[in-house]
Amino acid sequence: MQFNALTAHELHDKLVKKEISAVEITEAVFKRIDAVEEKVRSFVTQTRDKALETARAVDAKIGRGEEIGPLEGIPVVIKDNMCTEGILTTCSSKMLHNFVPPYSATVVEKLKQAGAVLIGKANLDEFAMGSSTENSRFFATRNPWDTERVPGGSSGGSAAAVAADETIYSLGSDTGGSIRQPASFCGVVGLKPTYGAVSRYGLIAFASSLDQIGPFAKDVRDCARVFSTIAGHDPKDSTSAEFEVPDYTSFLTGDVKGLRIGIPREYFVEGTDPGVKELIYNAINKFEELGAVCEETSLPHTEYALPVYYIIAPAEASSNLARYDGVRYGYRDESAEDIVTMFMRTRSEGFGTEVKRRIMLGTYALSSGYYDAYYLKALKVRTLIKQDFDRALEKFDVLISPTSPTPAFKYGEKAGDPMQMYLSDVFTISVNLAGIPGLTLPCGFVDGLPVGLQLMGRPFGEGTLFKAAYAFEQNTDFHLRKPNL
Amino acid sequence: MATQYEIVIGLEVHSELKTNSKIFCCSSTEFGGDPNTHICPVCLGLPGVLPVANKKVVEFAIKAGLALNCRIAEFSKFDRKNYYYPDLPKNYQISQYDLPIAEHGYLDITVDGQQKRIGITRVHMEEDAGKLNHEGESMATARYSLVDYNRTGVPLIEIVSEPDIRSPEEARLYLEKMKAILQYTGVSDCKMEEGSLRCDANISVRPVGQKEFGTRTELKNMNSFRALQKALEYEVERQIDVLEDGGRVIQETRTWDEARGITLSMRSKEEAHDYRYFPDPDLVPMIISPQWIEEIRQTLPELPDARRERYIRDYGLPPYDAEVITGSKELSDYFDEGLKHTGNAKALSNWVMGELLKFINASGISVADSDFPIRPASLAELVNLIDRGEISGKIAKDVFAEMQQKGDSPAAIVEAKGLKQISDQGAIAAVVDEVIANNPQSVEDFKNGKEKAIGFLVGQVMKATKGQANPGVVNQLLREKLK
Ligand SMILES: [Zn+2]
Repeated sequence: MQFNALTAHELHDKLVKKEISAVEITEAVFKRIDAVEEKVRSFVTQTRDKALETARAVDAKIGRGEEIGPLEGIPVVIKDNMCTEGILTTCSSKMLHNFVPPYSATVVEKLKQAGAVLIGKANLDEFAMGSSTENSRFFATRNPWDTERVPGGSSGGSAAAVAADETIYSLGSDTGGSIRQPASFCGVVGLKPTYGAVSRYGLIAFASSLDQIGPFAKDVRDCARVFSTIAGHDPKDSTSAEFEVPDYTSFLTGDVKGLRIGIPREYFVEGTDPGVKELIYNAINKFEELGAVCEETSLPHTEYALPVYYIIAPAEASSNLARYDGVRYGYRDESAEDIVTMFMRTRSEGFGTEVKRRIMLGTYALSSGYYDAYYLKALKVRTLIKQDFDRALEKFDVLISPTSPTPAFKYGEKAGDPMQMYLSDVFTISVNLAGIPGLTLPCGFVDGLPVGLQLMGRPFGEGTLFKAAYAFEQNTDFHLRKPNL
Repeated sequence: MATQYEIVIGLEVHSELKTNSKIFCCSSTEFGGDPNTHICPVCLGLPGVLPVANKKVVEFAIKAGLALNCRIAEFSKFDRKNYYYPDLPKNYQISQYDLPIAEHGYLDITVDGQQKRIGITRVHMEEDAGKLNHEGESMATARYSLVDYNRTGVPLIEIVSEPDIRSPEEARLYLEKMKAILQYTGVSDCKMEEGSLRCDANISVRPVGQKEFGTRTELKNMNSFRALQKALEYEVERQIDVLEDGGRVIQETRTWDEARGITLSMRSKEEAHDYRYFPDPDLVPMIISPQWIEEIRQTLPELPDARRERYIRDYGLPPYDAEVITGSKELSDYFDEGLKHTGNAKALSNWVMGELLKFINASGISVADSDFPIRPASLAELVNLIDRGEISGKIAKDVFAEMQQKGDSPAAIVEAKGLKQISDQGAIAAVVDEVIANNPQSVEDFKNGKEKAIGFLVGQVMKATKGQANPGVVNQLLREKLK
């Protein structure tokens, strides 16, 4: 097996035993990129020289006999909406096509401290708005399992790069399912952490009260390792929580005896692919076999999650994206003769259709006379949705559901119909509204396409999710299958 | 009979808080500096940055709220005020909307010797914007415009009054009192010329007796206390003229044109912004403990009203003098420092109100400046020299003039110039004899009962001694010799 196809923990062991070097790993990854990137198109930017420089430094450290950390010398791809000092950060938008940040996001700093080897920046739906990565203003990323299909989104590049073995792991961001849905479509593990568990400083905001950064990985252990590295309080982010970050790999016991798993009935209604449903029921049976106690429960306000999300997220976005006006950085329309025309033309041309649609939705929702009916009402319903989870998670340790109603869909299949596209996130959105953690991992295949199982837990209960996910993974082999590229 | 009108004014005051760093980042708040040198990714609003509230700003806002007799919120939050302008890097301003840090306060002003209370609706925190430099008259006509973001993110408090103000003069007095209170509290420098104190006004008129307010206009761009009063006086006349001509006042924003002495329409209500306020999701709500509020209350200094009462009560100062001196923190601190060196508060106050203010106004030097030549202790010493009879009041004025120049102590000046008052009877007697010999007519007049003549003779003696003779002793000797 090629080094690029291994997991971070496998590679770490080999580095420690000096069976391979960090440079060899990095070279293997770039060799794979050279072979398959034309088909997959995960990367907006590749950072080969810097990556090899970092890898050489790690090798030197190993050569001096120094101890290395779990992610040291291991390649990573970062979604191109996280700021990387001196490296182009575009949000896959014409608006930021030339933006080179003078600072790095906190997660990027943390990975740098951990000795991670940044190999590039991953494609996304423009400003993380979308569920297929078709909204990238540069190019669409393809699903490694079937290049006629989408990888999901908005973190499609991050998911596809991991699935295609173009990297060992990656970071994405999740506002309504943007890590979990593409992880599900691409057959990898993805975690949307508790709101406040990972610093948002340097993550280019879409919807501030929903955005969270999280890992994509080839297995649960890697996911836990990466999360252990990036989690924790950051004084630069007022919304980041102060909590003790454990070593999350300590939860990987394989033992789920007595674990109480709730099955929310609202997640098993019409509209879900029967093949997907069957795989989720198989997974539930597997958990029962392993000694977990599975029982039906209810999250009664589930049906309101989508409308609530499409008021709150666009409202915040309309304000967050106001700064892109051509005055200070990024794209500027040079033809305008006055400031208002410059603002209008810059924004008309700099943003794509979906971004403009959401800015208009959000502007409307916050407008005088509509605020109470839309935004304020949405905040109240959001509280009800959160209370649903609070109640269910009093009784259950974990809630289980499909990650997305279908496997990966075809290009253009939903591109013309925003409502159909939005429904792709119907099972992931509530988790963001409630601020709780959600993890997806492979649970089988429908017509050769991977399907993800979603586990939802209590705030800061990521450890329990890892425990359940690891037990399932240990007793299945879905995560070991690779796409033919 | 002509209609009598009542004026209704409410003021919105913006004051920069003098914290070392900005409201949501670590950049310096220092005034001046080359353009775009006091900036960082956060106050530039670069993609991905997040604000973190500066605790000192909250503390200062609470302190100001307490000094203005407000109720401090135990739960407060920041909101976004959305509008597009190139001096605003995020195209929204972080401000406070429905849960301001302080509400329901007041301050007292003295109008024609009467105390009047003006209600304060609210005090809230917000960030300042940057500064546009147009290559041309305005943004519309400029060849290009440059933006300096040094002021972006400097902390401000906005203080909104109730519509309790009834004349342009009251408005000026309110603003002067506001400045004094904020300066005493130490939260702001309140320099109108540097823009650290700004004021907008809402003004309307209504026939006396009418309950409903008239249609108001909002006035902007008044950059001094005088400009505030002038602009309001102009606007009162303009609105009354409109009504007298049978017209209606239009609700609009108007700007004060200082050079032409008139207000001009900026934008109408229809063009007004919809700011689309909503809670800033990047900042968590603030929970302010009663203990913290109490701790801050303990740090409040003596405020102008309390100090004025002390001057009247303890030192017998006339209310007007007490009002003037306490109207400026610097002057009042100066006076208090002087009082440590003399027991004669009344005389010290007279010197402060007279010669000292005259000098300050003429020289433009502030008493707080380190190079202000007359130290409080020196002025007090001057008072003491007069009280001890060592110099006359007239000589003292010469000594004061000398102190302005060199900053020497008055005793040293008196010594060096030989200005000490002569009270020695022997020394004065010789001069008295001479004056009697040289002025036979006046001597004759006095002896014939013309009491006024003695004044002329005293003056002659004073003249001959260059003012140094003790006038009391001169008078006494003359009377003895002319018996
Ligand atoms: Zn700054």
